Amino acid sequence: MLLRRVPVLWRTLLLSLIPLALFVGFASRIPDVLTGTAHQEAYPWVYGLGFDFVFRLDGLALLFALLITGIGSLIVLYGGTYLKRHPGLPRFFTFLFIFMGAMLGVVLSDNIFALFVFWELTSLSSYLLIGYRHGHRPTRKAALQALLVTATGGLALMVGLILATTAQGSPVISQWVPGGEALLSSPYLVPMMVLVLLGAFTKSAQWPFHFWLPNAMAAPTPVSAYLHSATMVKAGVYLLARLSPHFSALPGWKETLMLFGGITMLLGALWALLQTDLKKVLAYTTISALGLLVLALGMGTPLAVQGAMVFLVAHACYKGALFMVAGNVDHGTGSRDVDRLGWLFRAMPWTGTAAVLAAFSMAGFPLFLGFIGKELLYEATLHHPLAAILLTAALFATSVAFVALAVLLGGKVFFGPSGRLAVTPHESYPGMRVGPLVLAVIGLVAGIVPALTVQGLLGKAAEAVMPAASGMELHLWHGFTPVLGLSLVTLVAGFVLFRFAPRIRRSRGWALKAGRFGPEALYDDAWEGITTFSTRFSAFIQSGHLRYYIMTILVTLFVLVLVPIPYYKLFHPHHTFAGVDPYEWLLMLVVAAAVVATIAAPDRLMAIAILGVVGYGVALFFAIYGGTDMAMTQFLVETLTLIVFVYVLWKLPNYITFTAGGARTRDILIAATGGVVMTTIILLVTDYPLVSELKLYYAENSYLLAKGRNVVNVILVDFRALDTLGEITVLSIAGLGVLALAKLKLGKAPAKARPVVEPKARKR
Amino acid sequence: MNTMILRVAVQVLFPLLLVASLLSLFRGHNEPGGGFIGGLVAASAFILVTLSGGVEEGQRRLGFDPLKFIGAGLTMAFIAALIPVPFGYTFFEALWADFYIPIIGKPGTPVLFDLGVYFVVIGVVCKIVFSIANDD
Repeated sequence: MLLRRVPVLWRTLLLSLIPLALFVGFASRIPDVLTGTAHQEAYPWVYGLGFDFVFRLDGLALLFALLITGIGSLIVLYGGTYLKRHPGLPRFFTFLFIFMGAMLGVVLSDNIFALFVFWELTSLSSYLLIGYRHGHRPTRKAALQALLVTATGGLALMVGLILATTAQGSPVISQWVPGGEALLSSPYLVPMMVLVLLGAFTKSAQWPFHFWLPNAMAAPTPVSAYLHSATMVKAGVYLLARLSPHFSALPGWKETLMLFGGITMLLGALWALLQTDLKKVLAYTTISALGLLVLALGMGTPLAVQGAMVFLVAHACYKGALFMVAGNVDHGTGSRDVDRLGWLFRAMPWTGTAAVLAAFSMAGFPLFLGFIGKELLYEATLHHPLAAILLTAALFATSVAFVALAVLLGGKVFFGPSGRLAVTPHESYPGMRVGPLVLAVIGLVAGIVPALTVQGLLGKAAEAVMPAASGMELHLWHGFTPVLGLSLVTLVAGFVLFRFAPRIRRSRGWALKAGRFGPEALYDDAWEGITTFSTRFSAFIQSGHLRYYIMTILVTLFVLVLVPIPYYKLFHPHHTFAGVDPYEWLLMLVVAAAVVATIAAPDRLMAIAILGVVGYGVALFFAIYGGTDMAMTQFLVETLTLIVFVYVLWKLPNYITFTAGGARTRDILIAATGGVVMTTIILLVTDYPLVSELKLYYAENSYLLAKGRNVVNVILVDFRALDTLGEITVLSIAGLGVLALAKLKLGKAPAKARPVVEPKARKR
Repeated sequence: MNTMILRVAVQVLFPLLLVASLLSLFRGHNEPGGGFIGGLVAASAFILVTLSGGVEEGQRRLGFDPLKFIGAGLTMAFIAALIPVPFGYTFFEALWADFYIPIIGKPGTPVLFDLGVYFVVIGVVCKIVFSIANDD
């Protein structure tokens, strides 16, 4: 047992060193960024289209890169321990590292096309990670929902960014002129803004696209902690921050951010109060926090931007820690129901300590980074030029809810009355204690000495969002200000709200009823509608009968050929039979007779054999007119087709059911039209000069350039070799298709009838 | 179809057809023929065997699963396209050697490409016939 455990642990430790090394690498760039030099690297991708991998490391990018790699290394350690008995662990690590790379790409990319590719890659890896336990149907549904919502938003974002690029004249964001004047001149200003916002709002789970995030809690807890609270969902916020210098001057931009951010913040906090599942509580507080970040970016004052940056880091630390705590609690007690959990600190002291520290930061308690963030945000709302009272009230309400939930998560679960649990709670493995503790302690240290730790980088990040927000100074103690008073009132009110929280949770029935009219219901309806439509449409166009497919193809061809000919008056009949040699007449008669005989043949095998005569006749025509290669190929293909047909017919019943009545008339009509169409095409072709420049080129250069005298072969293997490569690939796929059909044995149903027919067929 | 006449004929025809297929493959660059035609001739040799001796016999004469022929052929064709790249030429640019080999002629990347076509055609035709004939 012990021996089997060691390799997994070592593997996990080694893997967690990768993001740690990246973290150290990025951290070594901090001095450069603080002096104001942004590191830039460019790698060409698609020449001439502006698709290049341009990476740029400024304050904002570095801040996110450090969060991604730092929390990433803790999550790898945590996840490797959390899932160490799970056979799919390598898959988990693969997806997690794909995500990490993609997320780094998002925050480092300066080129919008590269940004888009990485953006969609994060959606895709999020899909794979949510669906990690894919044996479970609701899990698959949740994963698909997250993918559809975020990837659709990603497509919208792409179009929006392309519109912005056309207005700005460059796909490289750092080359755009700040201020948004170029954007204002765009004729597509409104669509551009809406599309970019769609991308950001879907990714960062803003109302009304928030519903995928709580469902994404179907993912293993390490994934929830990493993707769905600390990093990926912040990509939308990152994008809004990155685009702020260009978009915030546009009319309606700030107002839209404040409106949707505010609604998301308040609704998220309210929903969080109604949840009983630890992870759901955390998911909704994450939605609320994302709303707060969007709101702060929408306020767009220097203080608000600074507050957003501080809160972003504080939130990433405490929420990542609390998610891991939730995973430990789930692991140690088998329950995530906040009403059942209690008095866990004695059994889980390490996890408990992390939870308490993280909860203090979440509540905005003095000494913690969350406190500084909340103070700054309060100050920003109080000094907002337009809606100070409204914004402060909204932030106050949300903060009160955060305090209540922090007391619930860090207090009630660990120090509350003993819970009704089925098992004796136990502490988790050491690998699962490190992550939450480290993150929670960072929240405390950064809160006590902000000037020595996070201040410089956060200032540079805020400066990248808004040049006026530079020169951030963080203090733990601001003196006796109205903001401090507000903070204290918040703490007290939050504690009071916590006392009423169980009652609120019990009365959540109305919320569930209201949910039936929410955006998620709309998503479900749309999903139902689309799948029903596609099922019916497929049933309509895919009849399952080969004859109808062939008929469709032929009739389409006939229409496409026959309609333009009279329309453009292409056909001028002037052809005569003069100059046709007697042997050509003879061959023609043989072919015509064979056609008649094929139609009149009494059974399939005979019909196929006589059809072969038609094929050989055509091959002879090729030979007469000098198409030796064509003739050889035709002979061989005709022979092989005959053999394949014989093999197939061997297994079919001996008799032919001829079509009759209307169907027969229809078939005759189609066949006759086919003859007319092909004849017309051939006669038309002869009206045009048969010597083309291309033909001359091939004939002249075949030997000179390609060292071959057989022009047909030279075209196949040299001049147009790429076509041939495509053709043999298609041929291979067709071969595999036949193999698949033969293996599939769709004829299982009539297998009963076969023995009756088979002995008869065998005799042939 | 396992008649004496066919079996005897196959004994004679099988090697003849294979030789003919190789000849038409290698002379294809200058005379009628080439990978496609050569492949079809070779495939018809194996199918004759299959007709007289059944799928097992055809499979045995072929040596490898036809799928391997397909894979090998596609790989050869692709390699032929890639060979010029490291020498500074473009994808699919033809490279020729400066000497002659009897029967095969001048070796060059188009010859390798044609050989790939040859194998793919053999593989696909044999796979189709084998899987249909085997479907009992």
